[in-house]
Amino acid sequence: MNTKKILELHDLKREFKVGSEIVRALKGVSFDINAGEFVTIMGSSGSGKTTMLNILGCLDKPTDGSYTLDGVDIKKLNRDELATLRNHKIGFVFQAYNLLPRTSALENVELPLLYNKNISSSERRDRAIRALEAVKLADRHDHTPNQLSGGQQQRVAIARALVNEPVMILADEATGNLDSRTSYEIMALMQDLNQTQGKTIVFVTHEPDIASFSSRTIMLRDGILQKDTYNKHPKSAKEILAGLPVTEDYNIS
Amino acid sequence: MNILNLIRIAFRALLRNKLRAFLTMLGVIIGVGAVITMVAIGQGSKESIQSALSNMGSNMITVSPSSNINGVRIAGSSFQTLTEKDIVALKRGTQYVSDLSPYVSARGQAINGALNWPTQMQGVSLEYMDIRKLTLKDGIMFTNEDIAVSAKVCLIGQTVIDNIFPNGENPIGKIIRFNRIPFQVIGILSPKGQSTFGQDQDDIIIAPYTTVQKRILATIYYQNIYASAVSAEMTDPAVNEITDILRTSHRLRDTEDDDFQVRTQAELISTLSSTSGLLTTLLTVIAGISLVIGGIGIMNIMYVSVTERTKEIGLRMSIGARGIDILLQFLIEAIIISITGGIIGVFVGLLSAWLVTFFLSWPTIISDTSIVVSFIVCGITGIFFGYYPAQKASRLDPIEALRYE
Repeated sequence: MNTKKILELHDLKREFKVGSEIVRALKGVSFDINAGEFVTIMGSSGSGKTTMLNILGCLDKPTDGSYTLDGVDIKKLNRDELATLRNHKIGFVFQAYNLLPRTSALENVELPLLYNKNISSSERRDRAIRALEAVKLADRHDHTPNQLSGGQQQRVAIARALVNEPVMILADEATGNLDSRTSYEIMALMQDLNQTQGKTIVFVTHEPDIASFSSRTIMLRDGILQKDTYNKHPKSAKEILAGLPVTEDYNIS
Repeated sequence: MNILNLIRIAFRALLRNKLRAFLTMLGVIIGVGAVITMVAIGQGSKESIQSALSNMGSNMITVSPSSNINGVRIAGSSFQTLTEKDIVALKRGTQYVSDLSPYVSARGQAINGALNWPTQMQGVSLEYMDIRKLTLKDGIMFTNEDIAVSAKVCLIGQTVIDNIFPNGENPIGKIIRFNRIPFQVIGILSPKGQSTFGQDQDDIIIAPYTTVQKRILATIYYQNIYASAVSAEMTDPAVNEITDILRTSHRLRDTEDDDFQVRTQAELISTLSSTSGLLTTLLTVIAGISLVIGGIGIMNIMYVSVTERTKEIGLRMSIGARGIDILLQFLIEAIIISITGGIIGVFVGLLSAWLVTFFLSWPTIISDTSIVVSFIVCGITGIFFGYYPAQKASRLDPIEALRYE
């Protein structure tokens, strides 16, 4: 497997000024993530998890220390360059899906490519169709979010994250709004993308159950890295799904 | 950033909420529609006032005798300076004058059998009809032949008919008497009603000027000369021309004052057209205000929409929209709204102008300028009032915007 370093964090610090007080959300965190890894970042509330997510997603910049994404040091970038970097290298998946209402699945998936001027409109469409096929929603092009189930909406969101061929998919509690069966389905899809297509996935969650599907778990506590464990034998979400009573919802295979 | 993509993004965003887009447009539609309708009504009334004026003979020029001998000014009617010679000189020498007519008048009693009516007989030439915009309702005009022989023929106005032919009998061919001289009625003048000054313009009898001069007044002089300039705008050069020719014809030295007066309707025209110009300005201002209100409507809804769509903006930013992309998206949305509203407004304006003409019979004239100007103004309105909310949207922090509920 490719061992290229996608993320490099070195002594990352992030401080916020709240009134006259300085809140130190991250107090010096260092770790690297290689291409093809499936990493979960865990931590209870107040652990600095959300701050870490914002920095990893290039929505925020560290106060001190360095963060290099796919060879780019984000500290040197301005607001607009960060936006372009997000567009090219990161695929976001949110807890609340964040799809545009009253907009077809296909147009939702196309959205990141509309902000990329190098992509022609026919290529944009082709890639959106392929991304929807990758999440097994090829027959749902014209459905708007309110015509789709929660699991389906999240899969549209994953397709949207895939469409710009990012170096990293960054998921923020992506199963938080779903029931356990649908959560497994999403995790099965994530594992599939990770194992068959070699996508690097960083999954921020507070559920240990979800972490057991990943190949590595980084535990944050009080703004420092508490534990960094490799999981040699991650559970297969597909197998767990197979063990669950069959419903008519949809078939992941 | 590809501007086409941004237009696509803005268009999709608008289509997602058609009702909101339409309600936002409504202000612009009403604004532009009002501008076009109001200006059309203003222009229409201006034009109709001017055409009414020109029916009164707006390019009419009146020459009357006057004098200023040894500082004593004497009333025009008692003066005798205008003659056949002047008419000949004017006919030969003018280029801004289209028609000329001598004018003599006499007051007297028109008599038909037992009925009589005090009226005025105007002795004129054929051109007088054009100068005063008179037309015949029935019968025929007298001819140059009649003028040459001082024929005892006349045309009579409606008021005279009402008084001496009260029972609806046809006056044409009948003989009436005026100051004991018999005249044959050969035509009836179309009624003109009152003049602007309350004078009854139908209380007249018209006859060849030679007839009035020789058979009634026994004079060789004219009381007035009526002329018309080739157009209302050419009135001033025509007046100068007439003045020069008459001075030459009367052999006046440079030091001598004119022994005649030349008057025009110009003051009347300018007063009335400035009144209706004021009307147009007033209506334009009202319509302009409604356009500004339309613009504020856009700003209002765009502003609310930025707040309402905070999460969407956060999402767009997180997947790679730069500040300028968001700014342009909202700006383009505002421009699309105002341009589309403008186009619909133009049609609404045209339609309502037509409805005003159709149902109220008010004259309306669609002015190209009002369409172009209101269109440009609403484009500018879109940019101007769309910019502030768009800027606000572009400055949102993506992290906070994403968390916004």
